[in-house]
Amino acid sequence: MDVHAGKATYLDAATAAPLHPVAREAFLAALEDGWADPDRLYTAGRRAGRLLDAARAATAESLGVRADEVSFTPSGTSAVHAAVLGGLAGRRRAGRTLVHSAIEHSAVLHAATQHAATQHGDAVAVGVDLLGRLDLDEWRRAVAAPGVALASLISASHEVGTVQPVATAARVCAEAGVPLYVDAAQSIGHAPVPPGWSLLTASAHKWGGPPGVGVLVVRKGTRWLAPYPGDDLYRPRPQGALDLPAVVAAAASLRAATGEAAAEAVRLAALVDRIRATVAATVPDVEVVGDPVERLPHLVTFSCLYVDGEALLHALDRHGFAVSSGSSCTASTLRPSHVLEAMGVLSHGNVRVSLHRGTKEADVDRFLAVLPGAVADIRKEAGM
Amino acid sequence: VIVVDCLGQRCPLPVIALARRIGDAGIGEVVRVLADDPAAANDIPAWCRMKGQEFVGFDGTAFEVRRVS
Repeated sequence: MDVHAGKATYLDAATAAPLHPVAREAFLAALEDGWADPDRLYTAGRRAGRLLDAARAATAESLGVRADEVSFTPSGTSAVHAAVLGGLAGRRRAGRTLVHSAIEHSAVLHAATQHAATQHGDAVAVGVDLLGRLDLDEWRRAVAAPGVALASLISASHEVGTVQPVATAARVCAEAGVPLYVDAAQSIGHAPVPPGWSLLTASAHKWGGPPGVGVLVVRKGTRWLAPYPGDDLYRPRPQGALDLPAVVAAAASLRAATGEAAAEAVRLAALVDRIRATVAATVPDVEVVGDPVERLPHLVTFSCLYVDGEALLHALDRHGFAVSSGSSCTASTLRPSHVLEAMGVLSHGNVRVSLHRGTKEADVDRFLAVLPGAVADIRKEAGM
Repeated sequence: VIVVDCLGQRCPLPVIALARRIGDAGIGEVVRVLADDPAAANDIPAWCRMKGQEFVGFDGTAFEVRRVS
């Protein structure tokens, strides 16, 4: 039964934000010269090379780093793998241990698994509290232990939005002489990331750029060693040809999103406040998770007791709302989200709502009007 | 001890079963939930926290909850 008649309301920007209009314009403009190989010396190659240089310079400016510290990769995930495995490889003489928060993106955890399997390395997970914030005392002990090659911390939880103490974690790493890698996919284009890190990654489709563009930043003085075959071992290079028009679109939309971020953060944080308060007030037996204050402006997560997360996603979809879930029934692994597990909060009946520049107040109000009924229907069906 | 066998059931069914049976226990009595869904280890303690009941502990697939209110 399709009960939704109007236009679908997309509330899953944390998975992929709708394309920013600036990205579309830049993409179309870059098609003209962006097909050529930017490494070739003939005219067409040089034109493509200029596009890439401009994209790199613009991205570096948006991120507050040097242009030669920025590389583009074919996805956010590949940037994460390059940062973790390349950062570990560059520090092999120092040790083989990766310290990471328990709430890293699965791409980091998968890289850690490969590191353990192929390099006889190990990984140490540092826990979080009930709000999803890193345990800094445990982090301090883990980072200071002998043999730590790299530490990895997500800038803000991609599942619950809690902003992590990056500045303090970076200071601890600096004292221990351990480089810090920050997965900033959910923050870049939305919220500032404190300095002090050695490696950082981001993903263009999280800020309104096209899919298929990742960004890897390796600060000067950080030893990075290619973890995959290639002719330049010491400098991150894309594996194969870059999608140059998409890279240009990513850079242009990053500049636009960064410019709009402060105003959008105020607007979206107010909408998230409304969601947090209204859900807690109108849905019985619900747990709104994550830090209510120290959080991303555009993302909110809650879990409803006695509710099958998959059933709730389908019900909301029928009402025209696209949201995501960390519940086990919605995961390919049939395991609950490792983030919700690490926090110790309810994992079933979980919904993540993430807003973007196209989200209107009326969209949020419609969602809030529909949700209590959708939850009640599922509970009734389950006999609760 | 009231035993609620939810082996083979996926979340949220074990938590639903626990919520239905907790009222059968007197204050201070223990309900033992048998559940092998990986989410149960997370969700049964979370249920206790949300509903003000005491999570006693677990051993493999047996989770014990004491009714305190």
